[in-house]
Amino acid sequence: MNEVFQLNHVSKKYENDGKEFIALKDVSLSIREGEIFGIIGMSGAGKSTLVRTLNRLENVSGGSVSFYGQNLAELKPRELRNVRREIAMIFQGFNLLAQKTVLSNVMQPLRIAGVPRAIRKQKALEMLKVVGLEDKWNEYPARLSGGQRQRVAIARALAADPKVLLCDEATSALDPKITGEILDLLKEINRTRKLTIVIITHEMSVVEEICDRVAIVDNGELSEIGEVKEIFRNPKSKAAQKLVFPSNPFDPSTSDSRLIRLVFDGSAANRPFIAELVEKTGSKVAILSANTKSVGGIGYGQMVVELPNNPEEQEKIIEFFETGGLTVQEVRHA
Amino acid sequence: MSEYIIDAIRQGIVETLQMSFAASFFAYLLGLPLGVLLYATAKGRLLSNRPAHFILGLLVNIGRSLPFLILLVLLIPFTRFLTGSSIGTVASIVPLTVGAIPIIARMVESSLSEVSPGIIEAATSMGASPVYTILHFILPEALPSLLLGAAINVATVLGYSAMAGVIGGGGLGAIALQYGYYRYQKDVLWTTVTLLVIMVMVIQEGGNIIAKKVRK
Repeated sequence: MNEVFQLNHVSKKYENDGKEFIALKDVSLSIREGEIFGIIGMSGAGKSTLVRTLNRLENVSGGSVSFYGQNLAELKPRELRNVRREIAMIFQGFNLLAQKTVLSNVMQPLRIAGVPRAIRKQKALEMLKVVGLEDKWNEYPARLSGGQRQRVAIARALAADPKVLLCDEATSALDPKITGEILDLLKEINRTRKLTIVIITHEMSVVEEICDRVAIVDNGELSEIGEVKEIFRNPKSKAAQKLVFPSNPFDPSTSDSRLIRLVFDGSAANRPFIAELVEKTGSKVAILSANTKSVGGIGYGQMVVELPNNPEEQEKIIEFFETGGLTVQEVRHA
Repeated sequence: MSEYIIDAIRQGIVETLQMSFAASFFAYLLGLPLGVLLYATAKGRLLSNRPAHFILGLLVNIGRSLPFLILLVLLIPFTRFLTGSSIGTVASIVPLTVGAIPIIARMVESSLSEVSPGIIEAATSMGASPVYTILHFILPEALPSLLLGAAINVATVLGYSAMAGVIGGGGLGAIALQYGYYRYQKDVLWTTVTLLVIMVMVIQEGGNIIAKKVRK
C-alpha cells in the first residue's frame, strides 16, 4: 500500500520569551493512501501542531515529514506551494472569505492553481453539488449555518482535486446531528473519490464513526496507534483508555471494589450475557455504565460492571465472560 | 453677509472638497501600499522582515509626529518644485497629501490586522503565495474596515485643509481666517465653521453607510 505521509521522529519546539515549549516529541507514523486516519488527543496534546507539519504550516524542529516520499523540509517555496495544492485542509472555524460569495470561495484554489475562469466556475459548481449546496452558490457565508459553511469549506478543499484532505477539528463547532452529516459526507468523499483523509479531533465518537486507523497523541507524544476497532476493544495506553472508557459511569458502591470493562462486538452483542451470568453462576454484578455504538461500521458495546467482593467469585465471573468471547479489562477507579 | 462673501464661500466649499478628495486620493496611492508593507513585514506575518518594518515604522512615526502647520512650512520648496507655486488650492494638495500618508498607512495597517489569522492560514494551505494572499484574501476581507478608515482619513484631511489657509491655500479655511479672523467678521467665521462641521459629518456618515453596505 502506498504511503501518503511518512513521519520520522518528528519533534517540534517553540521558544517563547526564552522559555522552551515542546509541542511534539519523537512522533513516527505513516498514513496510507485511501484511508481515513484519525489523530486524537486532549486539547493541548499537540495534535493541531502535528497536522500542520503535514503541509508545513509548521516547520519541524527535528525529524522529517515526507509526502509521497518527498521530504517537505527540502522543498523550495514554489515547490512547497505546489505540494500544498495537493493537500487540502478544512478548519474548525471554516475560514471562508466573508466578503466573497460561496461560488467565489470555492473557486479560490482553482484560481491559485491558474485554472481558466470558465472552467473554474464549472468545477466550483460541480463541487457545490457534491456537498449539496448548489443552490447557495450566490449567497455569502454569513447567511449560511455552521454545517453549510463547513460544506462550502469542503467544496473549496476538493475543488482543485487534492490527494489528501486534512480536517482540523472540522466538526468541533457543530452540533451532534450536523457533525454526523458532515462525517457521512467525508466518508462518502473518501469512498467515491478515493481521497485520503486525516482527521484531527478530541472526540472519540468522531474517530469511531469514520476512521480506519487512529493515532492517540498525549503530551506531544504518540501513545498508541492502530486500527480503531482494535484500540476500542483493547486500549493499552492510559491516554487511549481515558478516551475509550465511558466518561461518566456511576460511582461504585465502595471505593475499593473491583471494576471490569466488557467489550462485545457485533457477533456477541445480541446475547443476554448478564442474564446468562446469573443463570449459570448465580453471581450478580452491578452495571455502572453501558452503551452501544458503531465502530468502523460494526455494532460495538461496552459495559462497566462492579464485581462482588469475593475474589473466587470474581474469577468465576471473569472466566464466564471470557469464554463467552467478550474482552474483559480491569478498570481503575477514577 | 455681502454677495461677494457668499460667492467666496461657495467657491470655498468647492475648493475644500477638491483639496480634501484630491489629497486623500494621492495619499492613498502611497499610504495604502505603505500600510500593506507595514502590516506584512511585522513579526510573524507573511513577509516578516524586521529591518524593513523598523525603518517603515520609523518614517511613519516621524511623519505623524510633525505638526501639520510645521509640515506646511517645511514643504514649501517641495511644493513649489512640484506645482510651480506654493500658494493656492493646487499647491495645498501637496502638503495635505504628505501629511495624510502616514496616517493612512497606520489606519490601513490596523484594518489589515483585524483579518482573522485563520483566513491567512487557509490561503497558505491552498498554496497561495504571500502576495496572492494579501491581494486576494487579506485586502478583500479588510475592505469594510478600510472604507471606515477612509471616511476618517478624508474627514481628517478636510480638517487639515482649513489650516492650509495660513500659508495661502484656498478653501473654507482661508475664508474663515481672512474674513472671520483678521477682519473680525464673526458671521463669516461661524458660517464657514458650520459648513466644515457639516461636510465632515456628511463624509463620515457617508463612509459609515458605504462600509455597512459593503460588509456581507
